[in-house]
Amino acid sequence: MRNVFRVVLAALLIGGAVQAQQAWPDLSGQSVRVAGVWSGDEQANFTAVLNEFATLTGATVEFFSTGNDIATVVGTQLEGGSPPDIALLPQPGLLVEFANRGALVNIEDSVGDLVDEYYAQAWRDLGSVNGDLYGVWFKAANKSLLWYNADILAAAGVEAPTTWDEFVVAAQTVYDSGVTPISVAGGDGWTLTDWFENVHLRSAGADMYDQLTNHQISWTDDSVKEALGYLAQIWQHDWLANGLQGTLEAGFPVGTVQPFLDNPTAAFAYGADFSAGVIAADTNAELGTTARFVAFPSVAGSGPAVVGGGDVAVQFTDNEAATQLMRFLATPAAAEVWAALGGYTSPNQGVDVSVYPDEVLQQSATALQQAEVFRFDMSDLQPAAFGGTSGQGMWGLLVEFLQSHDVDGIAFQLESEASAAFQ
Amino acid sequence: MATAVKDNRAPRANKTGRAVVLFLKVSAFLGPALIILGALLVYPIIFTGVRSTFDASGNNFVGLANYEQIFTQPRTLIAVRNNLIWVLVVPPIITALGLIFAVLSNRLPWRSAFRMAIFMPLVVSGLAAGVTFRFLFAASPEVGTANAMVRSVAHIFQPPGEYPTARASREAPLEALEGGGFQSTISVTAGDTIYLGLVGVQANALPQEAQAALAPAATPGSVAGVVWLDFSPGGTVGEIDPAERGMPNVPVRLMSDDQVVARTLTDESGRFSFDVQSGAQHRVQLAASAFRAPHPGIAWLGPTFITIAIMIGYIWMQTGFAVVIIGAGLSSLDRELQEAARTDGATELQVFRHVTVPVLMPILMVVLVTTVINVLKIFDLVYIIAPESMQPYANVLALEMWRASFGGARDFGLGSALAMLLLIMIIPAMLFNIRNFRRSG
Repeated sequence: MRNVFRVVLAALLIGGAVQAQQAWPDLSGQSVRVAGVWSGDEQANFTAVLNEFATLTGATVEFFSTGNDIATVVGTQLEGGSPPDIALLPQPGLLVEFANRGALVNIEDSVGDLVDEYYAQAWRDLGSVNGDLYGVWFKAANKSLLWYNADILAAAGVEAPTTWDEFVVAAQTVYDSGVTPISVAGGDGWTLTDWFENVHLRSAGADMYDQLTNHQISWTDDSVKEALGYLAQIWQHDWLANGLQGTLEAGFPVGTVQPFLDNPTAAFAYGADFSAGVIAADTNAELGTTARFVAFPSVAGSGPAVVGGGDVAVQFTDNEAATQLMRFLATPAAAEVWAALGGYTSPNQGVDVSVYPDEVLQQSATALQQAEVFRFDMSDLQPAAFGGTSGQGMWGLLVEFLQSHDVDGIAFQLESEASAAFQ
Repeated sequence: MATAVKDNRAPRANKTGRAVVLFLKVSAFLGPALIILGALLVYPIIFTGVRSTFDASGNNFVGLANYEQIFTQPRTLIAVRNNLIWVLVVPPIITALGLIFAVLSNRLPWRSAFRMAIFMPLVVSGLAAGVTFRFLFAASPEVGTANAMVRSVAHIFQPPGEYPTARASREAPLEALEGGGFQSTISVTAGDTIYLGLVGVQANALPQEAQAALAPAATPGSVAGVVWLDFSPGGTVGEIDPAERGMPNVPVRLMSDDQVVARTLTDESGRFSFDVQSGAQHRVQLAASAFRAPHPGIAWLGPTFITIAIMIGYIWMQTGFAVVIIGAGLSSLDRELQEAARTDGATELQVFRHVTVPVLMPILMVVLVTTVINVLKIFDLVYIIAPESMQPYANVLALEMWRASFGGARDFGLGSALAMLLLIMIIPAMLFNIRNFRRSG
């Protein structure tokens, strides 16, 4: 009920605003088919966005969920000659793949002006292939947050860290105050890859990060070893909540909530914007007061940078209604419909941050908008054998690194598994 | 068939008719089974065999490269090694336990109830049992029953200290001693005071009687000192800040050339003092007993013990099967042999060793071999009990087969090769069982 109320409210508020800003053509009788991976609440919320478009233009919009394997579903429809008009792809690699197959409509002329107006250059680049614009990033996830228990930090007399050096000092001080400072979800390899990616993006810079992502530099590169060295500073076994063995048994949910239990066993946990849901569901800690976060600390003077994920809207068929919907998705008005419903952050800089229903999302969305650098989760862009399989590649070897802190040995093994996977 | 035809001197046409009818009858009875077997067993085996000679994409023939990979890649080698350990260790234990429980329970009036209790774990799904053992073996004693037991037994012999997490502050003139406790890095003599700041203890974990730390005051004939929690927000390390409290009841020793010359305890403000002769040089020790950490428990789910932990779970589940089969064999046993042996004066142990076990041997072999087959294809318990980070250490062939095929890498070539290897390993055990059934049948 509350959601329905919110949708209506948002539609009323924003509908008025949009009509004042922009006149949408009358598209009565035309229809658009949209595909995406979302289901459940996410699907309902995105449908609210589409309904808003339908109200504005009179077009009929139909959303269908492809499940997680959108590449296969859309790819099959494409081969059958009946692709969806628009699809929201969860990975930039898919955008590149479809663009290279010539399946996508170049939206430079139709939507380029809105993208220039509302998006940072990083997002335009992520939506482009060889300089041609194909995609509008509609949804983004921020995986560059450091969650902390504000009560424990207060008891230890430290501020939330903004730089890596402050982080190390804060961790030592918290440790002196009698609390193990760091919660690492060492049971799930992918959380360790996120730690690594955040440090490498900051210590080595975006260019090196891109080269490593594409395996243009080797994993034995000094930048990798430097990042591993930083991690070893924080992953000291004495500092880990419940010790090394407890860390190796902790999956993402456990690793996320350990600082926020009634008897907290840690002060800091690496996390993402979606950590908020886990903390709210599994602990009594109040978000925004006890459970708070800052942007992942800057390393060696690096600027604001975000590692994350997102969904990009791409257009398969060149018709008026689809083009107008692509334009609509690039406007803040579209993003604000979902933003008001929660569980969503937009990279669109035109979105009024106060629209987000809680402080956590506002803060996370601000970090996204202000990021000078945005990069996709590196492990998601690797061949699955190296970046997406438990017990091997990045996942398995970072678990080993957590135990051994052997910088050179792990870098060497990472390189040998990476070169095998990239063959 | 041939004799039947000779005996039956029916006309030729009739004979052909009968053959057709017979063929139809046979087809009607065997056909469905053959079709199902062919579609669900023979075809998949052949297809898997063929698929195992292709690469991940399935487009390129690679010969035996996938098999070569199994025996060269550390990951799959561990799986092969673990499978061998499983086969060597688990079936004998299960068979032996089954035999012992079956023989012991055989004379109980309520043996059915006993056997049912032992049999019960077999009815539990592997998933549920796995989750239970995952919790049972968790590292944290608050969650893991096994470690809670280990810890409470260990604490009987070595109780943990009052300040297990305490460490010397970075300004304190203290060095950690081997085996726990601390010793001053400076010598003190009559009239000296010494400040021993410790950190790493939560302020609210201090004993209730702890009072604000006070600066020690030495007389010309004594050494005085203070042991206090040298941590408060914004406090200066090495100095007693207003909010900082003393640490009571820390055993302090006065040392002279590695000999303990006096002992005392700190008071509520953390202070202590020793009367000393002037001129003598002493060091001060804080005894280990106050700082002994709670027993850490055993890393059941760690790299070393993970396979043992899973085996314990598996033995718990499967022993019931052995008890029931061996128990049934025992019940049908000719009692006269045992009675005869007893009459001849054999002890119970001798009866067991020289009569019961030899007579039961065929059944023991069936149990052993069946367990070998079951153990070779172990998957669920390994997948569930081992945390994801430990699966490389606990790996077995069936798990690696699944991980290679569906765990992200989608290498169905390697997965098929692992499946074929598993099949080849199971065949000898299968043949043995078939021969056994034939003989007894």
